[in-house]
Amino acid sequence: MADAVLFEFLHTEMVAELWAHDPDPGPGDNIWRWLLPLESWGQNMNLSVLESVGFRVGQALGERLPREMLAFREELDVLKFLCKDLWLAIFQKQMDSLRTNHQGTYVLQDNSFPLLLPMAAGLQYLEEAPKFLAFTCGLLRGALCTLGIESVVTASVAALPGCKFQVVIQNS
Amino acid sequence: GANYPLYIRSTPTENELKFHYMVHTSLDVVDEKISAMGKALVDQRELYLGLLYPTEDYKVYGYVTNSKVKFVMVVDSSNTALRDNEIRSMFRKLHNSYTDVMCNPFYNPGDRIQSRFVCLGRAFDNMVTSMMIPVC
Repeated sequence: MADAVLFEFLHTEMVAELWAHDPDPGPGDNIWRWLLPLESWGQNMNLSVLESVGFRVGQALGERLPREMLAFREELDVLKFLCKDLWLAIFQKQMDSLRTNHQGTYVLQDNSFPLLLPMAAGLQYLEEAPKFLAFTCGLLRGALCTLGIESVVTASVAALPGCKFQVVIQNS
Repeated sequence: GANYPLYIRSTPTENELKFHYMVHTSLDVVDEKISAMGKALVDQRELYLGLLYPTEDYKVYGYVTNSKVKFVMVVDSSNTALRDNEIRSMFRKLHNSYTDVMCNPFYNPGDRIQSRFVCLGRAFDNMVTSMMIPVC
């Protein structure tokens, strides 16, 4: 589908643009520091920017997409919405699996994440993967925020093009 | 969580405080309905909540989005021509306009929707104006 690649290209350019201007922007002070190895701390600012962009997009989508739907009853309904409706709208596919420990942590697994596909299967570009996941982490966090759920969303890659998004609900 | 108004408008403007108060008290009814829905005590899963409560002079209707934004509409009881499906469609227009505001890049979610200083809220304001029936 032609539509799908439009967003992919835009996303690729967003990532490239940020790193083109400042390949080593400084450590920043955020969660990415604890998830990335010491050598890549310099990328933190850009990852933070990407996550914020994704967050605002997620906020708007969280308002727009569920418009025609019935009311969500509980937290799980919202997570299912992310895995089915949100994923379908943006990536033309559904999440491959959703798991939870029933204590506020969810793991969303995509075995063939469209934004990682262009990097080809294998381990070669594994260390570049965080750059291509930051926006989507923000997207999930933003949609959850609009739907009344505060969360921390992180992502990990074991083998391209599969990845896992971990959503941890923050209780007030 | 706390309920604070993103937008409030009434016509005519003389009784504004009374309408503010009615809307505020109706929020308790809305919260009750949301809570009942969440506990699956009722089969209701529609966003339109219907008539919240009637008073002698007014009818109060409610609608809540999945993002927990609440819309409350106060209609003069003497307006018998207004039917349920018309109220529903008015709420849908409100919801659509609100979504447009949410998608405006210059809008910060949570801010009041104001049209006085910025064009941002003007479309929303104009849409509300078009729905209000002037009382002579």
